[in-house]
Amino acid sequence: MDRRKSLKAIALGSVATGLAAHGCKPGEEKPEVTDVNAHEPVKWRTDYENKILTEIKEGEDFFNEHQRETMVLLCDLILPSSEQYKGASDADVVSFIDFMARDTESEKMQTDLKGGLMWLDHKCNTENELVFKDATIEQQKAILDEIAYYDPNTPDSERPFEVNFFSMVRNLTMSGFYTTKLGIEELGYKGNMPNVWDGVPQDVLDQHGVAYDPEWIAKCVDQSKRNIAAEWDDEGNLLT
Amino acid sequence: MQIIENAKVYDAIIVGSGAGGGMATKVLADAGLNIAVVEAGPFFDPADPEQKTQLRWPYESERRGAGTRYRPFGDYDAAYGGWDIEGEPYTHVEGTKFNWFRSHMLGGRTNHWGRISLRFGPKDFKGKDRDGYGDNWPIGYDDVKPYYDKVDKLIGVFGTNEGLPNDPDGFFLPPPKPRLHELFYINGAKKSGVPVYPSRMSMLTKRINNERGVCFYCGQCARACQVYADFSAGTCLIFPAQKSRGQVDLFVNSVVREVTTDEEGRATGVSYISKDDRKEYKLKGKTVILAASACSSARILMNSKSKQHPNGLGNSSDVVGKYLHDSTGADRAAFIPDLMNRKVAYNEDGVGGMHIYSPWWGDNSKLDFPRGYHLEIWGGMGMPSYGTGFNVNDFNKFFGTKAGGYGDILRSDLKKYYGAVVGISARGESIARKDNYCEIDPNVVDEWGIPVLRFHYKWSDLERNQAKHAHDTFEEILTNMGGELMGDKPGKDRDYGLHTPGAIIHEVGTTRMGDNPKTSVTNKYQQLHDVDNVFVVDAGVFTSQADKNCTWTILALSWRASDYVIEQLKKQNI
Repeated sequence: MDRRKSLKAIALGSVATGLAAHGCKPGEEKPEVTDVNAHEPVKWRTDYENKILTEIKEGEDFFNEHQRETMVLLCDLILPSSEQYKGASDADVVSFIDFMARDTESEKMQTDLKGGLMWLDHKCNTENELVFKDATIEQQKAILDEIAYYDPNTPDSERPFEVNFFSMVRNLTMSGFYTTKLGIEELGYKGNMPNVWDGVPQDVLDQHGVAYDPEWIAKCVDQSKRNIAAEWDDEGNLLT
Repeated sequence: MQIIENAKVYDAIIVGSGAGGGMATKVLADAGLNIAVVEAGPFFDPADPEQKTQLRWPYESERRGAGTRYRPFGDYDAAYGGWDIEGEPYTHVEGTKFNWFRSHMLGGRTNHWGRISLRFGPKDFKGKDRDGYGDNWPIGYDDVKPYYDKVDKLIGVFGTNEGLPNDPDGFFLPPPKPRLHELFYINGAKKSGVPVYPSRMSMLTKRINNERGVCFYCGQCARACQVYADFSAGTCLIFPAQKSRGQVDLFVNSVVREVTTDEEGRATGVSYISKDDRKEYKLKGKTVILAASACSSARILMNSKSKQHPNGLGNSSDVVGKYLHDSTGADRAAFIPDLMNRKVAYNEDGVGGMHIYSPWWGDNSKLDFPRGYHLEIWGGMGMPSYGTGFNVNDFNKFFGTKAGGYGDILRSDLKKYYGAVVGISARGESIARKDNYCEIDPNVVDEWGIPVLRFHYKWSDLERNQAKHAHDTFEEILTNMGGELMGDKPGKDRDYGLHTPGAIIHEVGTTRMGDNPKTSVTNKYQQLHDVDNVFVVDAGVFTSQADKNCTWTILALSWRASDYVIEQLKKQNI
């Protein structure tokens, strides 16, 4: 199935309905339509990329209400909020997963997400006569304890579906959380800003038991002279 | 549909604005010539705050920087395009495979590349003399050396003069100090007897002029630099050319269809299709300089059929498109327990890519493959992006603890293993072969109505043996670093991990230079043997690749060919 085409059809359909609803009676005031899902084209993307994003964002959400509620619960069990930490829902991880489910064009990912959520409800119904989201936290954790661990030496093609489903949700939750401002702050990543790299701090070298070779370092950039224009002699020796 | 003709006659029409086209534009503009640059993609300037992707955070991308079919190296990679461009297909002869990466934009693929800027050495121009494979270039290192020197000074490259026999010295800026994981690599490689040197890359660790800034160590060269502290052809060649003596008319979103010729069979200009209005246009020029990429230039030549050139322009030898070859590639990574529990309180982004590398050290006369490879090293505490936290604690298996789980343990596991993976990539030389080629597919056109390329490419055992050797090397060095190898070692059934042809994006050889017009497409000045006013200044002219990246040689050769064009125009020979 070509999802792009089907989405396009949906998008075109909604545009047509919109015109019909708004464009008929002259003199009548047009209602202000603000679509929270509208894609604002950005210049750092190509026209084609902006077009694809418009199709995705203006299309329907991937999760229905029940699926979304279950996902919010599940992701918060993976990364819970506490006094010390922000949780998955603080970073709106489920909206990210919803987007990725539509963006990656992976029918397998979409099917596994939907199927995995059905599996969770079936399992919970069988054991507790409740869907997953209505179960107690102890009941929920009891189910997760059965599917949350795996042997990395076993190829995932040989692991049970529900284990792979949970691994996928865990992976997406981790990426979804640690790529937000909250997650990056928690991780402590210090880059992505102008810097002058002048080597590994001494305490880090000591911690890991390595040292700089003085001969090597002598060849490296003297950062105090980086703004002085380079000049060489005829043999290629840097003079400045 | 009527073809719209421009009355102006340019001194030169340059097709493509990447390394080769950019350099030709700069050199010809400095000589005061009238030039048209015809680029298939849009205008791009990373200094435009809205257009730049540099210093954006992952959450500014809906997909958190994940790659897509239309931006395979990630959402923030500067290169528009990829292996697969909507509306512009290419095909394969059954049973063969070539992945063709195209980036249609001002600056072309120089917006993407790793800036690894290695001169070819004396041996690299004379492969056949060394081992009997392939052909010698009609020129040698001494012919190109003066141009490498000029490129070093014009564009800027850091590195060190080491006096190595086949990795020549140059005019280098000082290199940055190694990062933590690179110190581990240096130690591991030394134990394995593999030499390590500061890498040679075109970022400005020191000022070279007032038009370009100095590196501020964000590690994001692949996103293109807003202060022009790394090399890309748009920022470092085309823009300066526009301010130079000559007149540079830039035609963007303009896809060249063919080189037009007169009754004598000489080139009169090009015809192109504007992507903006889907109409066909013609430009007139005294010379045509192709720099559309090895395969795209070959395609233009093969599509330029006329009564005088029934087999395509410059193709009386039937060699256009033949001898296509890409660098070989193989990679492996390891988890380094001694790099666990890192202090994150410092910024180690550094320059984009590696601060150190290993040039080829082996003696091929004692090995079962004739050409070498160099090693690239990666790792470190990178900015989180899509994929961060995937299989967060798989390495628990090395400590006998459970993998997976949920809750705060995942947070501490992420931090425990952050920056503890190091990888090595081998990039090697393959042999140029006549039966690896691209040709025109008579059954398929792209959305601009231009017949597309069909590829026929197969590796031989020489490349497979090289990849096998590279994997043995990875294993040895990574183990000597105290590492636990990740994944399994690919065996014969998987070509020893050798990447698909094209994957390394070093395609060369399709319009190769040579002294004999029957076995080569251009002469040693990159002028078509068949047509004296058409030149090729991209990597198509490479008689052979080396165990090096090709960009620095494209630049040096394009400068050399451009000097020749100027001289010939002055003498009114063309």
